This record gives sequence, C-alpha cells and structure tokens, in this order.
Amino acid sequence: MATTPVIEGWFTTGPDPALVGSQCTTCGNVAFPPTAPQGFCRNPACDGEEFEDVKLSRHGTVWSYTDAQYQPPPPYVAADPFEPFALAAVELPEGLVVLGQVTEGYGVQHLHVGAEVELVVEELDPGHTIWRWKPVVELGEEAEQ
Amino acid sequence: MSVAVLGVGMHPWGKWGRSFVSYGVHAARAALADAGVPWTDVDLVVGGETVRNGYAGYVAGATFAQALGWNGARVATSYAACATGAQALDTARARILAGLCEVALVVGADTTPKGFLAPNAGERWDDPDWLRFRLLGMTNPAYFAMYARRRMDLHGATPEDFARVKVKNARHGLANPNARYRKQVSVEDVLVSAVVSDPLHLLDICATSDGAAAVVLTSLDYARRHGSASPVRVAAVSTVTPAFPNTVLDMPMLSTDSAGVVGAPERTFKESIAHAAYEEAGIGPEDVGLAEVYDLSTALELDWMEDLGLCKPGEAEALLRAGDTTIGGRIPVNPSGGLACFGEAVPAQALAQVCEVTWQLRGQAEGRQVEGARVGVTANQGLFGHGSSVVLSV
Ligand SMILES: [Zn+2]
Repeated sequence: MATTPVIEGWFTTGPDPALVGSQCTTCGNVAFPPTAPQGFCRNPACDGEEFEDVKLSRHGTVWSYTDAQYQPPPPYVAADPFEPFALAAVELPEGLVVLGQVTEGYGVQHLHVGAEVELVVEELDPGHTIWRWKPVVELGEEAEQ
Repeated sequence: MSVAVLGVGMHPWGKWGRSFVSYGVHAARAALADAGVPWTDVDLVVGGETVRNGYAGYVAGATFAQALGWNGARVATSYAACATGAQALDTARARILAGLCEVALVVGADTTPKGFLAPNAGERWDDPDWLRFRLLGMTNPAYFAMYARRRMDLHGATPEDFARVKVKNARHGLANPNARYRKQVSVEDVLVSAVVSDPLHLLDICATSDGAAAVVLTSLDYARRHGSASPVRVAAVSTVTPAFPNTVLDMPMLSTDSAGVVGAPERTFKESIAHAAYEEAGIGPEDVGLAEVYDLSTALELDWMEDLGLCKPGEAEALLRAGDTTIGGRIPVNPSGGLACFGEAVPAQALAQVCEVTWQLRGQAEGRQVEGARVGVTANQGLFGHGSSVVLSV
C-alpha cells in the first residue's frame, strides 16, 4: 500500500525529514502550519501576503508533554486495540512551539521540559505518515529503552 | 461607568435530558424573579450561542425570546466559546452604557454529550479543531495535561497538589443547590482514578454537563427606581484577544506564533485577560476578595491564580497547601465548587461565574459564603483566542 503524508505540504519525508513552515517575505515571520496560498501574515504590524516555504529545524526542546491513555474520538483513526501514545510540544530555534505525537516506544517517562528531541516521520494510520518527535538519547542511555 | 446586576439565576447543572431552551428559560425566569423585573420590561435579550448541539447559526437570543413570549425586545447573540457568556454580558452592558437600553436579559444554556468534546462529523482539512484530532489525537484534556506537566517540571507541583484543588472545590460545592456533584472527595480518590492524560486523572478533569445561567443587567438609574440603591455592579468585562506573538500553546492550535520577529510578549494571553479587567475596573489583584476561575482541570486553577496576579508564578501550590484559597482563607478560589462540581455547559459557564460572585457579594451564598468580600473576579478562556474576565463589586 502506498504511504503518503496525512496532509500535503506540511512536512518532507526521506532520511532528514523536516516540517515546512511559511516565512513572510515582508517581515520574516515564520509560521507553522504553512500559511495557505491566500493567507495573511500573523504579525499585526505587517500586511504581507507572500510567503516562502522554509524547512524548520529538525531539533528542538520540549516545552511540555503528556499522553493519551484513553482513545481519542474520531476523526482520530485509532489502532484496534488502542495503544496509548505520548504527545510533546516542542520549542524550535525559529521561536515557535509545535505539537506532535512522540515516536513509538517512548512515553512520558522518557521526557522532561527542556529535553532535546528530533523530528522523524512514521506511520500514523494505514496509508498515512505523520511527523513525530523522537527523544534524543545520550550514548549509553539507550540501554534503558 | 457601571451597570447593575439586578438579578441572577441558574438551572441546576447535571444530565437532565431536556433541550437547552428549557434550561435557559428556567434560568431566565429565576433571574427575572430575583430582580423583581417583569419580562415585559426587558428591552434587550442577549443569548449565548450553542454550536455543538444546536448548530452554528442558531439564533440563541431570539430562541430564548420566543420561548419567553415575544415581547418586542432588541436581540443579540454571542459566540465566544467558553467566554460566550461574558461576551454576551459585555454586549448588554455596552448598550446600557450607551443609553440604548435600560433592562437587558443575558442567557446562556447548553446540553453536552458525555465524554471527550469532539468536532462534528465530516472532513474539514482547513479546520484547526478538526485537524488536531485527525492528525494528533489531541483532546482537550491533553492540552490541560501539558500545562499541568509544565507546572510539575518547572515549579515542583505534584499530583497530590492537583488532587487538593479537587478536594477543596468538592468541599466548597457541597451546599451549592445548583452544583451537579455534591460529594466530598479525598486526595486518594483522585489519585486512584484512572489517568486520562498524564499527569491528570479522571477526577482532575471536569465533566460535561447540561446547565444554564442568566443575568438581568440594568442601568443604575433603573435599579434605583426599582428600590435597589446599592446593587452589585459590573466594574469591568475583559474580552481581549491574544496579542502577537501568542507564545503559550493554546487549544485547538497545533503551534504557537513565533517570537522570532518581535520577541516574547510582555504578558501571556491569560495574564492579559486579567490585566485588562483590572485596568478597566481601576483596581489590582490585592483588592480582590474572591475569584471564580476556570478549573477545566485542577492544575489549571493554579495557573489562573498566577495569571490573575493572586500570587507570583510558581507560588500557587504554596497558597493552596496553606489553605489560603479555601473559604475562610485569604483569597478563596471557586467558592461555588467550580467546574469540578458543575461540569462544562459552554455558553452558560461564564455567566454562572457572574451569578456566583453576585450571590457572594450580596451575602446570599448559603453554606459557602465568603465573608466580607466587596470585589470578585472571574476568569475563563475558550477556543480560537476567546477569553474573559469580569470584575463585580459592591
Ligand atoms: Zn509579515
């Protein structure tokens, strides 16, 4: 089965995947999710309406985190049986915080505010990929996984 | 410049299986009776719109007006997610202050399904509220849990602290006839309930309920003519939006604004909601005698105490542990029992806070009275950049 990004244009795939943001060509403000083609700059001091795609940093630090121990309602497409998963909000060097699920195999016990994480792309549901945050584990800590 | 809160009323919250119209009319009639004002005197009706179980575009103001019997009043409808009631109140207040009306009835009511609040069916790839579920399975409690976890990692809060908020609010609500849950809860009860989103347990998160609240606002002149020389007054209604860049991740968004271009803001969104209310009322947090805040989760109450300036960041747990936020303490928080005892009924809850503060300031909060309070503040926040804070005084 072909596996395609669950949403078009928000992240790249391949060996070094990245989130795709929009940078205002007038003031330089960076936004994610990418600004729609007819979008407007979020900076109130700027009336920019033209943007360039920019790849966001693949590394950031955890702003906060949690998990879903109960199955979320539709439109979430849950595995059967439901497997709890962790979620992290990650602060990027571009000055914004982006939510994502945490890589399979990692939970809240592997995270703390300020921890370093890296962007990866994994399967969200059959046929679809999504960006995820993967804890960056120091050498020697892998054994704890 | 202020207006009088001449009457307040509620329909008890719970799961009653009736329509939001019947709850709203019950609350409206209670508020009118409390004010001693006949429905035929009302010259403005403002309704809080219900979107989820009515449908977007439902003209809630006119729906209540028809149910009460068309009386020819002006009508308005407000949608502002959880801040709906406060925005409706603000509309009424503005028309009264402008001299365009004298007696306004403000009503919010809803019915709510059990379990997680979720978007309506259908595919909406350009709707952030739909996308957060589709892409991430990001529920409301997951957002609350992120704020809670941040308190733990930054300020050393513990799950026991969060449970203590529930214990306190459950005790406050024991004698409240409008509260849905009137049962004492222990720290242990909270900690043994299932974890929904780490670190929050089922009993840390508020339920969904049916409910309604209504307020009769009048000009001070009308209040005086009706024998109320010193009514509770609306000293401020803050409904500010966030200011760019909004750097605290907010429901239902997937990301924050970037602080890269203009730097971090002076105040967070929630701090600015309270700040605007204090500025308008011409008071500071030290003047406040009680607060009704939006305890969607136990931990969120602690955040609000700091956002309202009742203590410094990171100090809310210390106040809680010392009993300062209990009735009888220095600054009681959620004397009504809060959402912990009521549950959510979205268009009604900001008005329910106003009802409670009014009863408190009049000395009518039987079994949960905060003694001597002259000023009360409310706070809440809703989807898509809505928030509110109301200051009432006597
Ligand atoms: Zn711009």
